[in-house]
Amino acid sequence: MRTRLGRPLVTDAEAHAHDTGLAHQFEDLEQQQEADALGIWLFLVTEIMFFGGLFAAYAIYRWLYFGAFQGGSHILDIRLGAANTIVLLGSSLTMALSVRSAQTGNRRATVVFLLATMILGGIFLGVKAYEYNQKFVEHVVPSLDWAPEGETLARLAPGGLEHAEIYFFFYFAMTGLHALHMIIGMGLLLWLVLRARKGSFTPHYFAPVEVVGLYWHFVDIVWIFLFPLLYLIGGRY
Amino acid sequence: MSTATLEPRVHAPRNYLNADYGWKSWLFTLDHKRIALLYLVSITFFFIIGGSFAVLMRIHLVEPQGALVQPETYNKLFTLHGIVMIFFFLIPSIPAVLGNFLVPLMVGARDLAFPRLNLLSWYIYIVGGMFTLYSAIAGGVDTGWTFYTPYSSTYSNTQVTAVAIGVFITGFSSILTGLNFIVTIHKMRAPGLTWFRMPLFLWAMYATSIIMVLGTPVLAITIFLLALEHLFHVGIFSPALGGDPLLFQHLFWFYSHPAVYIMILPAMGVVSEIIPCFARKRIFGYKIVAFSSVAIAVLGFLVWGHHMFVTGQSVYAGLIFSMLSFLVAIPSAIKVFNWTSTLYKGSISYDAPMLYALGFIGLFTMGGLTGLFLASLATDVHLNGTYFIVAHFHYIMVGGAVMGYLGGIHFWWPKISGRKYPNMWAGIAAVIIFIGFNLTFFPQFVLGYLGMPRRYAFYPAEFQVLNVMSSAGATVLGVGYLIPLIYLIWSMRYGPISEPNPWGATGLEWKTSSPPPTENFAEIPVVTEEAYAYAPGEAAGD
Amino acid sequence: MSQPIVPQKTYLFVFLCLISLTILTTGVAFIDLGPFNTVVALAIAFSKMLLVVLFFMGVRHSSGLVRITLVAGFFWLALLIAFTMSDYRTRSWTPAPDAWSSTAPPTHP
Repeated sequence: MRTRLGRPLVTDAEAHAHDTGLAHQFEDLEQQQEADALGIWLFLVTEIMFFGGLFAAYAIYRWLYFGAFQGGSHILDIRLGAANTIVLLGSSLTMALSVRSAQTGNRRATVVFLLATMILGGIFLGVKAYEYNQKFVEHVVPSLDWAPEGETLARLAPGGLEHAEIYFFFYFAMTGLHALHMIIGMGLLLWLVLRARKGSFTPHYFAPVEVVGLYWHFVDIVWIFLFPLLYLIGGRY
Repeated sequence: MSTATLEPRVHAPRNYLNADYGWKSWLFTLDHKRIALLYLVSITFFFIIGGSFAVLMRIHLVEPQGALVQPETYNKLFTLHGIVMIFFFLIPSIPAVLGNFLVPLMVGARDLAFPRLNLLSWYIYIVGGMFTLYSAIAGGVDTGWTFYTPYSSTYSNTQVTAVAIGVFITGFSSILTGLNFIVTIHKMRAPGLTWFRMPLFLWAMYATSIIMVLGTPVLAITIFLLALEHLFHVGIFSPALGGDPLLFQHLFWFYSHPAVYIMILPAMGVVSEIIPCFARKRIFGYKIVAFSSVAIAVLGFLVWGHHMFVTGQSVYAGLIFSMLSFLVAIPSAIKVFNWTSTLYKGSISYDAPMLYALGFIGLFTMGGLTGLFLASLATDVHLNGTYFIVAHFHYIMVGGAVMGYLGGIHFWWPKISGRKYPNMWAGIAAVIIFIGFNLTFFPQFVLGYLGMPRRYAFYPAEFQVLNVMSSAGATVLGVGYLIPLIYLIWSMRYGPISEPNPWGATGLEWKTSSPPPTENFAEIPVVTEEAYAYAPGEAAGD
Repeated sequence: MSQPIVPQKTYLFVFLCLISLTILTTGVAFIDLGPFNTVVALAIAFSKMLLVVLFFMGVRHSSGLVRITLVAGFFWLALLIAFTMSDYRTRSWTPAPDAWSSTAPPTHP
């Protein structure tokens, strides 16, 4: 007799182990937990290098075309950026509290904090969507709607319009990739909420919450750097 | 080696091959050994595709004005040959086939740390392959596998976006495999298996995995940016719009140079397993070889600028990259010295795996030494963009990596399939491959030195003799590759059944049956001896 | 991943530090520090990252292996940026030939 994925039928001992979430390739839960931890951290390292390539390209062009980058940065709404940063940091707080609640076996708190994280994440994405729309209004969307005028044009022209378009390309590419990661994170959070409500997590087994938490914090850290690098170039004095 | 044949068994003992039947048991398997075979079939398929492109190129090049295709088509041939061979054959080959099969066995575990990720890796690889095949059928790509901008991003009218998606997706297959190996080696070693008791193949897999995890994401983002520029024409890499083509090259080569170490380190790991076994001697300088693997992985990340000496990079940056490129040759050379010292006063037998390993040592050394010509700034000015480069990397990739792969397949075939292949044909094939390879690629060193440019669909008439020699060699090489394909498939049905350890090799994988049971070991082994505990004086297979 | 349970107050305190640093970095952007604007902004961002990594992500209690993994990731990114930047920064050290800087086509003898 076989399970759906073709594994042979388990013995009683293995079935008991399965109740505690122990996978068959591991000898004990501790080994599995250590493997899971190393695994997610390695994945985050790949994400560091993935975003890192984008940061490297940004660094080169910022050095080459500082004036254009400065001009472009001053068009962004610094208050929205700062507020959004605080919202996202808040979502990291609620995420950490959710993991802690799972660790202490508080099912209701786990769900509440997960939902709070989702709400804050949703607010962040909503503000981002508004900001993107503003870029269309101001006609500073590279290739799709690049026709800055009026005061926007006056700010961008000194650094070179071409190079300003490169700045806005990085604005969209970096925040866009970040937003994509957040959307994926929202999906993962939803999955966690559904599992948490069913009571899948115990103080002995809450690895999925922890893993998604680490992912969420990483996405937050990316924004911690995006905010000064995109919104605070060269000062606004 | 013992010549007694085994009695054919009426009922084969339960092993991973006969544990379950039906396509679902293969396509939904979580068994690392079955996943390794899925990869074996897939990469063989892509090897044939990539090889076919090469055959067409070599036929075309028998005449100075080109004998077969239009220049535009020739450009597509060398591009797709490179893309398919690098991303869909060489990079997965040893890690995804031999690594997947052997890493859990060698560490004494029942599977990799994340079996589901392992299966996902294969599916991701297949999806990426489908995109690439589509791009080949839908008109091809003519940018070279290096996708240099602004041609690839702005001016090429070929299927750049489709193949970019294919390569982007396949990169994640690589990343997940590397991640799996690192965690498995760190966390799932059997009791008593300390780091310095591990077979060197595991050290090689570990070093390779570090490169996969740290480098491949940068390729992913680079290809992503390339696709965005191709679609939106923004100008991040295009001078006309303010971008710098060299930035693409920096980002591209940051991955693609370490990628060549992804391709060679596993082959070196295979050689480190074969040489001690067929010389019946402990490897000379185990720790040095282990550290050299890691050193190659680390140093390999610091040399990428040597691909850009003549494209506009600053001379001072070029100086640093040149010096570091000389440095990275050192650990590779150390390994060659260690293998040679292992052979010295060993009791050597010349079975097929050993023939491939010996061929590897010679050909890799030639490829590596010619790399030094290219690492030197002044000589690179003359040799860059010529067939010297083509010969250099084929000596390492084909003379090195492919020979290492074939050697590994031949060494572990009894373990994987439970069958033996005919040793005579295996030896003949190895020799044919060696001869064919040298006939194909040695003339290319001469051609390059004489000035024949690479990636050209035509050439000056005085180069024809060498080109014809090279094409003749390619025919011999092709025949050589066909022979193992035939007898290995034959052996799965008609080959003599193998005992658990036909070569008398050390290592945990040989302590279980051939083929292994699904769970690898009846009981998790406890390791008490050092690696390569060979007693001198015995021949392999006693 | 059996880690000690961190008190809620600690998380709250870290959050308040993060808010303060955000306000600080935003405020500093309105002051002219010349090239140091970038330095200060990055230093503050690094500090915020450290707070998140050590406290929210629990690296304070993590094994050495996890820490090395994390450090390696950042170190590798630093290598990418530093080596690439070294090319751009040193290009001007070798002056281009005079004929290249003129926009007129070169005249052949």
